[in-house]
Amino acid sequence: MGEIKQQVIKVGIADLKVVNAPDTIRTAGLGSCVGLVLYDQVSKRAGLLHIMLPNSILSRSDTVNVAKFADTGVKALIEQMGVSTTRLKAKMAGGAQMFQFSSQKDMMRIGPRNVGAIKDQLKLHRIPLLGEDVGGNSGRTIEFDTATSLLHIRTVNAGETIL
Amino acid sequence: MSFDQEITLYHLDVLKEVGNIGAGHAATALSTLLGKTIDMKVPLVKIVSFDDMMEMAGGSENIVVSIFLRIEGEISGSMFFILPLPQAESFIRTMTQDESFSFDTPPYSEIGLSAMQEMGNILSGTYLSSLSDFTQLNLYPTVPALSVDMVGAIISYGLVELSQVSDQAIVIDTALFGEGHEGEGVTGQFFLLPDPDSFHVLFKSLGVE
Repeated sequence: MGEIKQQVIKVGIADLKVVNAPDTIRTAGLGSCVGLVLYDQVSKRAGLLHIMLPNSILSRSDTVNVAKFADTGVKALIEQMGVSTTRLKAKMAGGAQMFQFSSQKDMMRIGPRNVGAIKDQLKLHRIPLLGEDVGGNSGRTIEFDTATSLLHIRTVNAGETIL
Repeated sequence: MSFDQEITLYHLDVLKEVGNIGAGHAATALSTLLGKTIDMKVPLVKIVSFDDMMEMAGGSENIVVSIFLRIEGEISGSMFFILPLPQAESFIRTMTQDESFSFDTPPYSEIGLSAMQEMGNILSGTYLSSLSDFTQLNLYPTVPALSVDMVGAIISYGLVELSQVSDQAIVIDTALFGEGHEGEGVTGQFFLLPDPDSFHVLFKSLGVE
């Protein structure tokens, strides 16, 4: 019988995963994308979703990758958590405006739109948002610790934040 | 356009030629700017997942200097010129003759960043004008934006349009390197990411259906 080793589970872009304590879960290089963590402090279980777009109606593809969009992604993450939504809490980071352009097409404001879409979904499912580090113009790498329920956020230009 | 079904190896070869011509001219411009010989590698044209795309640029968390612009006009897309920090530092020192410039601690010197921005303007402008000449298409690039950040955060921005249609990107990747430095890492990398709707226009302009 070996010791229980703590693993860091990585979530890619437009992807979602769920882990149990003592593992941590992380996603790297969030720009306009948003990383949403849902966690249950009782079962020490947490899921991380890395979305790119606010709404699946933007999809012009035949097959939908649910983890790419805020609406379908939040729903899928709740299902994968497998616990009552009344036990879930949320923290999130990302949604930056990485570049400023004078001719702002709507698509270029995607960061703030992603943040708004996630908040709408959380309200819809009545999940409290207990911490957020969103907006600005820095990329973020985030890691959630299931044992402490803390979200560690690292940026290149603004150091580390813990929520 | 679904990439895997409609794009053939022949199409990929045509795109390779686009990278060849664009980056070839950019390499010449960079060489003139720095007074050094700059060579380029054979372009890579790949159909990749978004995560693979980040790996091609050194991994999501890799911190780079990037110049990003959107292409508008008859075709649209995103273009990145990406430099490792030590390379960007060395270029900025050469251009500004300020040996103290460093990316170790922000805020960075305004003059240094401005020189970097100008270099990005010249290189991406050269790449795109040769692409425009080659295809006879009217292209209107936005003013390039400079960023020093994680490559995942930067490139995902250029994938926004694409991500509505596909979970894959066609990327034209061309690397530049200084004379005799091929084994020692890349000097700079161009990524051209045409938007999905632009491929048929691009191929048609080159006489490929």
